Amino acid sequence: MKDNSYESRRYILSGVVLLIFITYIVQLFSLQIDNEDYKSKADSNAFYKKTLYPSRGQMYDRNGELLVYNKPAYDITFVPREIKGLDTLELCNTLGITIEDFDKRMLRVKDKKLNPGYSQYTEQVFMTQIPMEEFAVFQEKNFLFKGFYIRKRYIRQYSHNVAGVLFGDIGEVSQRHIKKDAYYQQGDYIGTQGLEASYEKHLRGEKGTEVLLRDARGRIQGKYNDGALDTPAVRGKNLTLSLDIELQMLGERLMQNKIGSIVAIEPKTGEILCMVSSPSYDPSLLTGRNRGKNHKMLTSDKSKPLLNRAIMGTYPPGSTFKTSQAAMFLEEGVVTPQTAFPCNMGFVFNKFRLGCHAHSSPTALKDAIATSCNAYFCWGLHRMFGMSKYGGTKAAMNKWRDYMVSMGFGYTLGVDLPGEVRGMIPNAEYYTRHYGNYWRAVTVISISIGQGEVTLTPLQIANLGAIIANRGEYIVPHMVKEIENDTIASMYFTPKSTMVSAASYEEVIKGMRHAVVAGTCRAANIPGLDVCGKTGTAENKGNDHSVFLGFAPMNSPKIAVSVYVENGGFGAEYGVPIGALMIEKYLTGNLTEESEQKAETISKKRIYYGKEER
Amino acid sequence: MERKSDNIFKRLDWCTVILFALLATMGWLAICGSTHSYIDTSFAEFFNQDERSGKQAMWMGISLLCGSIMLCVPKHTYRNLSVILYAGTMLLGILTIFIATDIKGSRSWISAGPFSIQPAEFMKFATALMLATFIGRREFKISKNNDFFKAVGIILLPMIIIMAQKETGSALVYLALFLVLYREGMTGIFLLTAVSAIIYFVVGVKYDNEIMSKLPISIGQYAPTVIIQIISIAVVKFWCKNNRTFIVLLTTNAIVTLCSFWIAIYLVEFNIMITQYLLLAFNVVYLAIQARLRKEKKNLWVALYIIGAIAFNYSCNYVMHNILQPHQKVRVEVLLGLKEELTGAGYNVHQSKIAIGSGGVFGKGFLNGTQTKLKYVPEQDTDFIFCTIGEEQGFAGSVFVLAMFITFILRIIHLAERQNDRFGRAYGYAIASIFFLHFTINIGMVLGLVPVIGIPLPFFSYGGSSFLGFTILLFIFLRIDADRDK
Repeated sequence: MKDNSYESRRYILSGVVLLIFITYIVQLFSLQIDNEDYKSKADSNAFYKKTLYPSRGQMYDRNGELLVYNKPAYDITFVPREIKGLDTLELCNTLGITIEDFDKRMLRVKDKKLNPGYSQYTEQVFMTQIPMEEFAVFQEKNFLFKGFYIRKRYIRQYSHNVAGVLFGDIGEVSQRHIKKDAYYQQGDYIGTQGLEASYEKHLRGEKGTEVLLRDARGRIQGKYNDGALDTPAVRGKNLTLSLDIELQMLGERLMQNKIGSIVAIEPKTGEILCMVSSPSYDPSLLTGRNRGKNHKMLTSDKSKPLLNRAIMGTYPPGSTFKTSQAAMFLEEGVVTPQTAFPCNMGFVFNKFRLGCHAHSSPTALKDAIATSCNAYFCWGLHRMFGMSKYGGTKAAMNKWRDYMVSMGFGYTLGVDLPGEVRGMIPNAEYYTRHYGNYWRAVTVISISIGQGEVTLTPLQIANLGAIIANRGEYIVPHMVKEIENDTIASMYFTPKSTMVSAASYEEVIKGMRHAVVAGTCRAANIPGLDVCGKTGTAENKGNDHSVFLGFAPMNSPKIAVSVYVENGGFGAEYGVPIGALMIEKYLTGNLTEESEQKAETISKKRIYYGKEER
Repeated sequence: MERKSDNIFKRLDWCTVILFALLATMGWLAICGSTHSYIDTSFAEFFNQDERSGKQAMWMGISLLCGSIMLCVPKHTYRNLSVILYAGTMLLGILTIFIATDIKGSRSWISAGPFSIQPAEFMKFATALMLATFIGRREFKISKNNDFFKAVGIILLPMIIIMAQKETGSALVYLALFLVLYREGMTGIFLLTAVSAIIYFVVGVKYDNEIMSKLPISIGQYAPTVIIQIISIAVVKFWCKNNRTFIVLLTTNAIVTLCSFWIAIYLVEFNIMITQYLLLAFNVVYLAIQARLRKEKKNLWVALYIIGAIAFNYSCNYVMHNILQPHQKVRVEVLLGLKEELTGAGYNVHQSKIAIGSGGVFGKGFLNGTQTKLKYVPEQDTDFIFCTIGEEQGFAGSVFVLAMFITFILRIIHLAERQNDRFGRAYGYAIASIFFLHFTINIGMVLGLVPVIGIPLPFFSYGGSSFLGFTILLFIFLRIDADRDK
């Protein structure tokens, strides 16, 4: 007795069932296949990518002494969403900050302008570089502060309190850095000055990641896939500097209470043996939590200790520059070693007069260098500019410019430190701009004695010493000798040549040797070291700058050095004795007792610079 | 009347049994997947009684035992016992309201020793049996108001009791039994009304603020009028079976609607809502006249439907904006995709979609799901169990599970249709409807298509009472089917 009425309704009902089935399949398709969004959302849900920070590369001096290394420090971070029931007062007490400080920090973290990477779900930096002791206290109580984490980082340590401007410092990356290089993330450190900045890519190493699984409550549940996706952190490469730390320390000691710079270069290799910029500062001031405060103090210091005067200061080279002129005159045939010019207490031409000091007259090249005769070099330039082979003053001027540029002047040398400046080597166009077409050799005559428009950096002066010592070639001066598992840039081992031949330099060297034996640099005459030198007394607005340029030994030079003491008076007053002590220290490895006393006296001498900004 | 073998195993529909076994196994594996921690789990661990998978395995054993007992009881016994079972479970249900402990605001669990059971699960098969018995009576005629309302009463009583237990979701399931009444001849108007009400509500509220690209008319206001036209004309054709009226209405409505639309865009811009309402008014008047002239009472119902639908449409937005509490309004807006809500109920659905969406084509593999393992999806082993399948088995596995479920439901419908009496058929449809409603609401909720209503996915969701309840429900039918010739 089957009742078959309404049987068609079974199809309607089955149809409805199938309709729902199809609807759900379509929705599944759109969720699982048509939309990649959910996959990445799931990943950011479940995967917590923990960054592993590498330790930064260390720095050694040329004799293998460790100079710059790392010390662990701890950052306190937090994930805003995970903070629950925080006892703010307890946290502040533990970290030694005030409640206001806490609020200020929180506001700063949440400020989207200051911290564009802010998110409720990711780790935010609360406080950086907590020292070991405070960290220990915090770690003990960490369980009280839900949502707060500890991140191990490294801060720099220095074995000597010297060479601050060379090592430079590291600071937190800015938004600009993050935009430029995807490697960096908020809270990372980057070298901002000195070698830390120029070798940042080598020193920083490679950050690693650990992929961890995080549950809905933010608890870490272990490694994902047994760490198959993890990448270890690769520590930064160590640098071996060309620096001789003993020499650097002596240099900084000698320059105490004075403003100026000492640069020593190994001529054969272009390696910078020391680079003193005075006043200097203790590099450890710029590490740790007081960095900000100390940085402010150093920046506001009128004597600018953060300025590396050796590469950022431009000075008139004074008479040290005459060596370059002598080499050029010989090369261009303006003079022969025998050519002598008269000196009547100076260079006199029509109504123009440029003074000189008392010495025998006329002088040839060797004596002219030894006595630092101004007239000789003025006449030389005058004769050169009059030579018909150039076809005019302007062409001669540009020839002069070419010579100077070939000796590394007028442009940056390319040292591996940031911020090097180029100094000033004028050309014909420069003078035409200033004087119109009516200028002659006499107009520009002071460039021949390293005055007037000419300015050099102490590094360029030292490099001139290296060029002369090498008899014409030089390698771009550099601070880093070796990079672990890497090579230094080719410019730091490829020699460059100047426009002057070795024979001409040989004559210049004779003059420089003579200056030490019987001329202005007698104080540098250290027995057995065959020092060659040239003083400089550079005129400027205030007292003259005391300058020295030298190298030793004469025939197989191991060190070229420039000393520049601002307002130090005659070259012989500060420049020569400091240069001599540096040479002695480097070549003999020690100072004699007598020299040690001399060094002590010099280091105690104070030059008063007044209160003006320098 | 021994036509077939007495051996119940030979008369059993093994196809359904295999589908049942398959679903139960997949469900159990899904529970293993969702409850076990991410780190290596040995197979034996799945049966650990401290783990949910182990407990579920035990309940599955108990259920199978109870199911086997159900198979031993002949069909006529069920018919005879149905009143007692119905009365008994209803009383138990009422009792539960008073003796149950309060769990998250619901009073539906009673503890017996180490076990807690949910009497609501057993009210299901009792109600299904009662309804089937009532419909199976020789003198039953659904067109008789008395019979119809009694049948409705059988359905509503357990609903009321369960609502009193504060288990609104479970109560909704009983609405599925109206499908049984529909199959047995209840007018489709009720179902049509319910479905179209949902459509009007969704379209009306969701697109209320969206304006047509060419005309300054709200889609949420315009679209329902068109849907009313389509549905009413379709009803005239298929229900009233009145071809003349159908053709008149179809032509006038199509021409006027399209023309006014075209004129408004290309000739003179005017408010086309006016023509829509005039048209609907015409339809009502025309149907009324036809009803009067040709004595076609059914036309009058259609006219009433149109009026009701227009009124409903208006009230939807009014209710939405003026009557609903802000939090209720948000709930509706989230459901309609007008707002994204990432906390509360919205959080569950959001995380559930992430878990499923991250599964991709082939999934992350058994026990490799990250979202479910790491407990991003709340209720992931009970109501949201399908997430685990979506994440670990991917699109392929999910479709397979859905297909098996649909096959299972269609198979029951097929079995129901082959019954020789109304009792068997009604019972078959009753359980097919219950499974179907659970399936639709649960999967729809997990996929973010249906509001969050906490009801389990049969054979998948963790829970002993529910597994036992569904098994009993099914196995009674298997016995009824085996005895269909008796």
